[in-house]
Amino acid sequence: MRIDFQINGDDISIEVDPAKPLLWVLREDLGLTGTKYGCGVAACGACTVHLDGEAKRCCVLPAEAVAGRAVTTIEGLAAKGEPHRVQQAWIDARVPQCGYCQSGMIMAAASLLAKTANPTDAEIDAAITNICRCGTYPRVRAAIRALSEAV
Amino acid sequence: MRRRSFLIGSAVIAGGLAVGYRAWSQSFERNAVDLVAGEGEHLLAGWIRIGTDDTVTVQIPHVDMGQGIYTALAMMAAEELDADWSTVRAERAPGEKAFANRFLARGWVTQGFDVPRFADRITDMVFTEAARFVNLQITGGSTAVRFTGQAGMRVVAAASRQMLVEAAARRWGVAPRQLTVRDGVVTDPSSGQTARFGTLAEEAARLSVPSNPRLKKRSEWRLVGTSPLRFDIPAKTDGTFGYGIDLQLPDMLHAAVRAAPVHGGRLLGVDTEPAKALPGVERVVPLERAVAVVAASWWQASRALDLLEPEFSADGITISTQADLERAQDEALESTEGETVVTLGNASEAFPSADASRRFDATYRVPYLHHAAMEPINATMQFADGVLTFWGGEQDALGTKARLLELSGLAASKVVVHGLPAGGSFGRRIAPSADYLDHLVPIARAMAPRPVKLILSREEEFTHGAYRPALAAQMTAALDADGMPTAWMQRYLNGPTRNEAFHIPYSIPSQEIASIDFATHVQTGTWRSVAHTQHAFWTESFIDELAHASGRDPLDYRRMLLPEGSRARRVLEIAAERAGWGEALPPGSGRGIALAESYGTWVAEVVEVSLGEDSMPRIHRVVAAVDCGGLVHPDTALQQVEGGIIMGLSAALREKITLEDGAVAQTNFPDYPVLRLPETPKIEVHFLESDGPWGGLGEPGVPPAAPALANALFAATGRRIRRLPIIDALSGEGGRA
Ligand code: FES
Ligand code: FES
Repeated sequence: MRIDFQINGDDISIEVDPAKPLLWVLREDLGLTGTKYGCGVAACGACTVHLDGEAKRCCVLPAEAVAGRAVTTIEGLAAKGEPHRVQQAWIDARVPQCGYCQSGMIMAAASLLAKTANPTDAEIDAAITNICRCGTYPRVRAAIRALSEAV
Repeated sequence: MRRRSFLIGSAVIAGGLAVGYRAWSQSFERNAVDLVAGEGEHLLAGWIRIGTDDTVTVQIPHVDMGQGIYTALAMMAAEELDADWSTVRAERAPGEKAFANRFLARGWVTQGFDVPRFADRITDMVFTEAARFVNLQITGGSTAVRFTGQAGMRVVAAASRQMLVEAAARRWGVAPRQLTVRDGVVTDPSSGQTARFGTLAEEAARLSVPSNPRLKKRSEWRLVGTSPLRFDIPAKTDGTFGYGIDLQLPDMLHAAVRAAPVHGGRLLGVDTEPAKALPGVERVVPLERAVAVVAASWWQASRALDLLEPEFSADGITISTQADLERAQDEALESTEGETVVTLGNASEAFPSADASRRFDATYRVPYLHHAAMEPINATMQFADGVLTFWGGEQDALGTKARLLELSGLAASKVVVHGLPAGGSFGRRIAPSADYLDHLVPIARAMAPRPVKLILSREEEFTHGAYRPALAAQMTAALDADGMPTAWMQRYLNGPTRNEAFHIPYSIPSQEIASIDFATHVQTGTWRSVAHTQHAFWTESFIDELAHASGRDPLDYRRMLLPEGSRARRVLEIAAERAGWGEALPPGSGRGIALAESYGTWVAEVVEVSLGEDSMPRIHRVVAAVDCGGLVHPDTALQQVEGGIIMGLSAALREKITLEDGAVAQTNFPDYPVLRLPETPKIEVHFLESDGPWGGLGEPGVPPAAPALANALFAATGRRIRRLPIIDALSGEGGRA
């Protein structure tokens, strides 16, 4: 099936199995490997992208569901080579360890901050349910806090 | 001083390494130069390359699993070189013998430990010419900084610096002694002449390598002990950092695999037709213990695999259920078997005389634990032109090579291993328990000459792990009239991993500790901090029980049993003081403390906990004190300890792998809940610098977390946790406590 959608600001049209999850379309058909496979059942957040600006776990999102919509991945978060402010905050707070979960973490945080400039701890808890097995959670919270305080 | 003698001891070897690889043969050195030095680059000494453009490249014989060792080891080299940090890069050393990490082996040897079990296979294999100095390229045992860095990187860098100085001295006709080095520039203060490293590299490379270079004193360090931005962090925020799972090769195929649910089971038969009908599927490959589907994309392979109904045997099954497991554990504990590993005084005699009210017994149990690194297991392999090429994030490149030689039957020169960064590993990706390599070799052979990337689905990865073994220990102590222990007896079950964690830190006059081997058909391996996880749990829980039984404060009780001025007592006291030990807490809350040494590092942790309205624990705060000798990169050290504490708490609270019909019941994160951000407590870590030998940091944060949490729960609720995970103990699930 041919599916038209927007990826990181570009319109594309691809021939793909409509049931194929967006995660694998990104990784295998579009070469966008920054979005990670962690669980495949929407339980870990490693595959978080933005769908029309909202954080979405795309390992369970069939390709057909993105027709006509705008997808942003970690590769498209930064505008014109400048790190996005969430990415910069992640560098400043030295968040990543192995880094594998961090694309998803950053996408979840960017979506939270776009909606709620100054989230409370409870709002952070509700929005960031991604798994980081390396245990970067204290720094994830610190980085989000630093961004909210910067507002 | 220990540090000095350690370095003198290794200087002979360092000299060998520093001259390239002449300790073995000239050909290794040439081989190493061919492998790593590009145009305009000079391999000065072993692991360090200096380009004519001034770049300093450090070859790291470990895999990056997120511990920041590339940066830390490069810093140690840059420090001794007096290089300009902005010109320093780090890269993975090839998985070749020329890059074997002898300092790692030496670290184990000098500590009086043998090579750990996970490295045994390597000693068995092709690399046995120096049995004690096995050629290792392992990342594990918290070894990178303390062995590779301290004994290897620093010495090699100091030798390189001396050669650069010598080259400048010859060029200017002056004595090397009068030259200074700073930020990659050699200066002659008397004439004002300067030369950058890059302009000296070629001349320096022709000089012979000093065998005993002078190392800087701690007081001379400028870079070590600071926290520059880790090399890898920017690429880990924009999706460009490449893991094994991201590898793309021309013409590559993708494989998905399903192995026998009961470990050790065999494939009896499979109808391959249903999978073949799907688009993209290239082949169904029946294997000895699994079936694989190879397709143009992994998604197609895994979808096709779902259509298969392979039949597997369950031969070798030893236990079917959790009840069987506990029965087997109890039998082993109560048997007369076992090897006495510690005898001090006369423990058995201390008991008959003790009055029964002064005798305490407890049995503790820990479950199988899964690593659950966020990057699912994957590896890529290609058979072409008689050569097997492997790409993957294995923790031991050389062990992997040895295993691949065995599996493929090829000669060492026909197997090439490329190490790639791993998205976590925690002890999982080590050759002896890397069963996925057994699958991949025949798959790749079947698809030759095309490369094949095998990815284990999260479900396959969960059910075919290399788990921390499920074990138990029986503890008995006798107390004197003051409530202090006079005798400590312990029988513990030991998994197949070599264990140096059974020593207790406390001065108890009579001790008898016995180890009983315990194994089932369930595959086990090394899980972050290995045997220390379970030993810290039962030792630190039991000592806490004894303190409460004798009506004493658990901190004071421990202090009384630790020598004054010892590293153990110092971390304990500092953690307690920073945590406000003894200060009032809200009603329903409690504090617990625990202490453990692992990999040369002492850690004490204080946990504050209360029960929520759902009667489940809420962990509010953890305060840790850590004595690891010295710190290379304090911020990375902090990350490692934070992460270790979180993994330790996570495991203690909820993690368990259980069996149903002999197969692992947990298949993905929903039935193996790990700690997430909302439950993560405030964590404060205090590092104490000491003159002690340097210890590891990747693992030592883990062991005290479980007992400190269990002890805190006792303080908060009066309920003693003797089995993990804690939520089972609290809900009464998972059998008797
Ligand atoms: S991979 Fe999508 S949530 Fe885990
Ligand atoms: S940084 Fe390793 S899983 Fe999050």
